[in-house]
Amino acid sequence: MAYGDFVIQRNLDFTIDHGDVFIIMGGSGCGKSTLLKHLIGLQRPAKGDVFYDERSLWQADPEERQRIMRRIGVLYQSGALWSSMTLAENVALPLSEFTDMSPAEISDIVSYKLALVGLAGFEDYYPSEISGGMQKRAGLARAMALDPEILFFDEPSAGLDPVSARLLDDLIINLRDTLGTTIVVVTHELASIFAIGNNSVFLDPETKTMLATGSPQNLLAESKDPKIIRFLTRGESDVHEPAA
Amino acid sequence: MTAAKMISSAGESGQVTLARRDGSITALEFTGTWVHGAKVEPVEQVIKALGTSPKPHRLLLQSRNLGAWDSRLPTYLIKILDYCRQQGIEADSSGLPEGVQGLLRLARAVPERAGARRTAQPTPMLAEIGKAVLNGFKDAKGLVGFIGEVILAGGTLLRRQARFRWVDLLLCIQETGPGALAIVTLISLLVGLILAFVGAVQLAMFGAQIYIADLVGLGTVREMGALMTAVIMSGRTGAAYAAQLGTMNVNSEIDALKTMGISPMEFLVLPRMLALIVMMPLLGLYADFMGILGGALVTVSAFDVSLVQYYNETRRAVHLPDFGIGIVKCLVFAALIATAGCMRGMQCGRSASAVGDAATAAVVNSIVYIVVADSLITLICNRLGI
Repeated sequence: MAYGDFVIQRNLDFTIDHGDVFIIMGGSGCGKSTLLKHLIGLQRPAKGDVFYDERSLWQADPEERQRIMRRIGVLYQSGALWSSMTLAENVALPLSEFTDMSPAEISDIVSYKLALVGLAGFEDYYPSEISGGMQKRAGLARAMALDPEILFFDEPSAGLDPVSARLLDDLIINLRDTLGTTIVVVTHELASIFAIGNNSVFLDPETKTMLATGSPQNLLAESKDPKIIRFLTRGESDVHEPAA
Repeated sequence: MTAAKMISSAGESGQVTLARRDGSITALEFTGTWVHGAKVEPVEQVIKALGTSPKPHRLLLQSRNLGAWDSRLPTYLIKILDYCRQQGIEADSSGLPEGVQGLLRLARAVPERAGARRTAQPTPMLAEIGKAVLNGFKDAKGLVGFIGEVILAGGTLLRRQARFRWVDLLLCIQETGPGALAIVTLISLLVGLILAFVGAVQLAMFGAQIYIADLVGLGTVREMGALMTAVIMSGRTGAAYAAQLGTMNVNSEIDALKTMGISPMEFLVLPRMLALIVMMPLLGLYADFMGILGGALVTVSAFDVSLVQYYNETRRAVHLPDFGIGIVKCLVFAALIATAGCMRGMQCGRSASAVGDAATAAVVNSIVYIVVADSLITLICNRLGI
């Protein structure tokens, strides 16, 4: 992965299983969000490829890529709701574009998805009229609109208070358990990492590559690498119990 | 610590004295008040004094009767410590207050990341020129690519597969057309007025005031109506497009569209371009009539020509093909303004200042495109004798 000549990360190789809650973690500036952009088809890797069930994302022709990308949903850091549309229109847009549901059916699904994220009754609000945390939840409702197989979260708990962050974590686990959705989360929130993650990759900005992959608990228990231990214990390397 | 002493205190001073102890040890002793605004010997002089004397092995940093201090003392000390490190002098800061030592440790806890500091290198002029040329090529490539994408999106529109919301198109049309009526009225009326006055001064000299109607009529319909509308629209709509799309880019709204499998070219750019292309000719025609009205106001009120005479003369001078040229120009200008505005918005960087730059670039580009295109069209019409 590179911007121009500036290499961010190299030699990344990891597998995300169906039904995983997969964490992409690492210190600030290590390229977590850039890795996400590669996974969701926004930025072409300088070298290498991303595979969804053996199917290449970047070798595929544009239509095939569109088909793959329709299987995923993304929650952006700031929610990235379309500011000129109400919450209901935001959630409804993918439904009306990619399904042949009637307006009444769509409106039912919209209300249901907004209720799932705790925003029942906010259908006719514009994104600028609600708080940042609510925008993020509305963004999640939109990402879930098409019942995607894989959901990507970019720093879901950034800018949320601890309770809301916890609720979001619970929601993520719920989605995985009930719908079998595969979840990929970019975060450096330790509490979330241990609470929800069952698989992960650790990126390191200095060596510009991944240091380890596996469940966060295992990494903490078994890893010999001081960088990982430092990260997973907030720098207090003598503590060996997970923080959450 | 020194919370009470935050305000700058004139008249107070801090002292530093250099004392040579036995042989290879030198001591720096800090006394007095070390706050912003206090009088203190410049650190360069202390370092110079350290440098002129025979080089010590150890430097003791001590304080005695140290009064209030703030960030001034640590910054001073860091300079001295840096010097010591360069010169290989062992510095001992244990004689300083606990708080100062803590801050110094903190400032050095994270070592400077190698390569993180930017070094300003003066670029030779040749390199600057080369960069400018390369940037020009990049811009041109971006423009061609953008036009290509617009054409592809237009193709999907013709095949009725374009994904955008009709309500967006209607909103854009509302904003672009009726929203601009007031300013177009004002500007084109005044331009007609000005044209009439400029012509009248010359024509009145040989009693040919009636030909003001020809001048104003042809001038606005063939040239000024379209041009002034285009300039207004590039400032009003082109800049708005760039700012809207740029802000959407900053908020990752465009990324969200892409990952949703919706082409931002179809969803965002197409309605905006269509709105401008549909509305510009109408606004241009409206501006033509306003301009002629402005000319009539001046001629009738100041130059002894009746309204009917003015009307008849205008009808005699201006023909349908003249309006045709005006409309063609409007269409071309609309496409150019929308292209410049949308392209700059879509290429916008991810910061607040980038949005401003995008809006500026959109207006500057579209005005340049407009004037160049206008000259070309006028030249071609002249050659063809239309």
